[in-house]
Amino acid sequence: MDALLLSRLQFAVTAGFHFLFVPLTIGLALLIAVMETLAYIKKDELYLDMAKFWGKLFLINFAVGVVTGITLEFQFGMNWAAYSVFVGDVFGAPLAIEATTSFFLESTFIGVWMFGWKRVSRGMHLLSIWLVAIGTNLSALWIILANGWMQNPVGYAVRNGRAEMTDFAALTLNPYGWTMFFHTVLAAWTVAAFFVMGVSAWHLLRNNRPDFFGRSFRLGAFMALASSLGVLGAGDFNGMMTAKLQPAKFAAMEGVWETGKGVPYNLLVLPDPANERNRVETLGIPKLLSFMAFKDADAEIKGLKDFHPDDRPPFWPVFLGFKLMVGLGMFFIAFSAAASWLSLRGAVQRYPLFLKAALAAIPLPYLANQLGWIVTEVGRQPWIVYGLMRTSEGLSPNVGAGQVAFSLVSLGFVYAALGALGIFLTVKYAAAGPAAPAGRA
Amino acid sequence: MDLNTFWFLVWGLLWAVYLALDGFDFGACMAHNFIARTPDERRVVINTIGPVWDGNEVWLVTAGGVTFAAFPPVYASLFSGLYTAMFLLLLSLIFRGVSFEFRGKVEGEGWRRFWDLSIAAGGFLPALLLGVFFGNLFRGFPLEGGTIMSGFFDLLNPYALLTAVFFMIVFLHHGLLWLALRAGGPLAERSAAAASRAWPLVALLFLSFIAASRYATPLFSNYEARPLLYLLPLAAAAGLARSRAGFAASQRGAFLGSFVFIIALVFTGLAGMFPDLVPAIGERGAGLTAYNSASGAYTLKVMTAVVAVFVPAVIAYQLWVYKVFSPKLTTENLKDLGHYY
Repeated sequence: MDALLLSRLQFAVTAGFHFLFVPLTIGLALLIAVMETLAYIKKDELYLDMAKFWGKLFLINFAVGVVTGITLEFQFGMNWAAYSVFVGDVFGAPLAIEATTSFFLESTFIGVWMFGWKRVSRGMHLLSIWLVAIGTNLSALWIILANGWMQNPVGYAVRNGRAEMTDFAALTLNPYGWTMFFHTVLAAWTVAAFFVMGVSAWHLLRNNRPDFFGRSFRLGAFMALASSLGVLGAGDFNGMMTAKLQPAKFAAMEGVWETGKGVPYNLLVLPDPANERNRVETLGIPKLLSFMAFKDADAEIKGLKDFHPDDRPPFWPVFLGFKLMVGLGMFFIAFSAAASWLSLRGAVQRYPLFLKAALAAIPLPYLANQLGWIVTEVGRQPWIVYGLMRTSEGLSPNVGAGQVAFSLVSLGFVYAALGALGIFLTVKYAAAGPAAPAGRA
Repeated sequence: MDLNTFWFLVWGLLWAVYLALDGFDFGACMAHNFIARTPDERRVVINTIGPVWDGNEVWLVTAGGVTFAAFPPVYASLFSGLYTAMFLLLLSLIFRGVSFEFRGKVEGEGWRRFWDLSIAAGGFLPALLLGVFFGNLFRGFPLEGGTIMSGFFDLLNPYALLTAVFFMIVFLHHGLLWLALRAGGPLAERSAAAASRAWPLVALLFLSFIAASRYATPLFSNYEARPLLYLLPLAAAAGLARSRAGFAASQRGAFLGSFVFIIALVFTGLAGMFPDLVPAIGERGAGLTAYNSASGAYTLKVMTAVVAVFVPAVIAYQLWVYKVFSPKLTTENLKDLGHYY
């Protein structure tokens, strides 16, 4: 394998692994802040116990998320030096701003929240978790604005042999970045909400602290419903943005080979990329795809055949990843609607099968998050900056395949061990449940 | 002062503050296996840095991000040129970070021992690697069109190795002073005593480092042109003198002396590098400089607005956090915190 493939693999592994732990913390920080706020306003200690219990699970995942994030900050320079030189003037800014405005905030106040139970006032403690929640979500915004620039470069001019920033407002208001941000962050909240529902379901099945876990389940169900509906809405915008700005990615997502107007949406598609056609496409709803993509039933959609083979993304990961993600998204809406309805009626414990399903559903939003990033990033290929620079042009000139192989293999082992330990500890402490209410100091 | 010089200073300040802050975390990590005598004392050591290490580490991330935004070719050249060293640094920081969180989560001697070793490695390794990093930065690299041509083992030259040992001992001393300040009881007394014993070694290594820099690097050529710069190593020496435990009026004074020492030490090197950020070996101004490697004026102005607002804010709230956790931590009051590692 050459340095290009190894470097791409390493980026995929490190970014994908980082985002196995981060979505939970983005959503859970918010949920814990809500719990602690309810405890503060309602003077209800049960909410405070909830904040502590879910906070413990949060911290285990936060630790893994933080340490795997540092790699990403330096990896552009380590493996993608040519890319870094070309884009740093414009792409470096959102990364530096993320660290200065957001990462500092969450990393400093998580210390206050963790260790400050007896050192700061209750109001200050509450403020700390809100600052953590705001920091994590703002972090996501700046990182995604950076990624949004790679998808849809704006606010720059190519001068002096590099992309130079000319319009900071255009960079921060990049519509592609913002739709990605809402889609990603709401998807992260969905991960946290399903996690809370699933863990609560496990305890409810054992009738362990039904007061505590019934309430947690309800909060999780409402959050899951709201955020999975939001993901769909933001995803619709994201799809339109992709159709307009990254037509090759869009064509691969939907399996469109021939350019046409008023394109139908086929419920069943079996692609045959070797022959640049679909073997089966049936159950078409007339003009729906054109309408979904451009909100115009007669709009033209460019097929993959109209792109030079060198300008097309790898087909299968983008196509399958997208279809599976959308299917999962629909399932999340249906499931969380049922969960909200059942827990509103106080009936959720009467349906053990449903609780078991909630437990089994925990990994699904994680999977959907990963698939979303695969569609986004593999779909961006062969470009490292869409339409501007090819991935193959971005490599470090002085880093050999041997060095990357060494770092990739060692990272692989370390990350696998970290992942296993992170999951082991999360499961251990999730199963242990909250401290007994009498044990409260 | 022009924008490029200003950004050279911001760049240097971020690295200097990072080393002065995470430096005592490294020192506490190095010390915890031998300075603590009981399991509870170990917990005290870890919990003195518990609330702050994560915020300290962000200074590294910010230094990296700002290098990327303000000096893209420097970011690209340094981190690809020091690929393997950088990778090892990241790996050791990864282990250190999860060690704190994981260590207390499972009962069992083997589990604890493993994470204790990982914490110690998370102190020694980053200190040594950052020493190698800065030693080579002060010395300069064989450059070809801005690309660093040295392999991993070329980085381990005698000057860089001396800097590595120097950094390790400086951070160990810094961490011991931190423990003398933030821990209580016999642990604090032992830390203060160990810091006193380490001080002459720090001083000796400081002198050797200055002498070696004169001999093996062009660092002092800038000083001959602008003798006012000699105030920097003098400030370092003053901080070092004040950091001698027992010599300063208070433990706080000794720790702050060590803090000033590290900041002034980093700037002693940086002042000798200017205008280079990635110097070519043996020659000033021939590498990637604040002028030939900076982002455009527009980007630098945007970033100036960002750091002018947010860096003072970060310093203010981090100072507040240091104040909140200033009461001494002992084996007796540890469990009153409500949460501890």
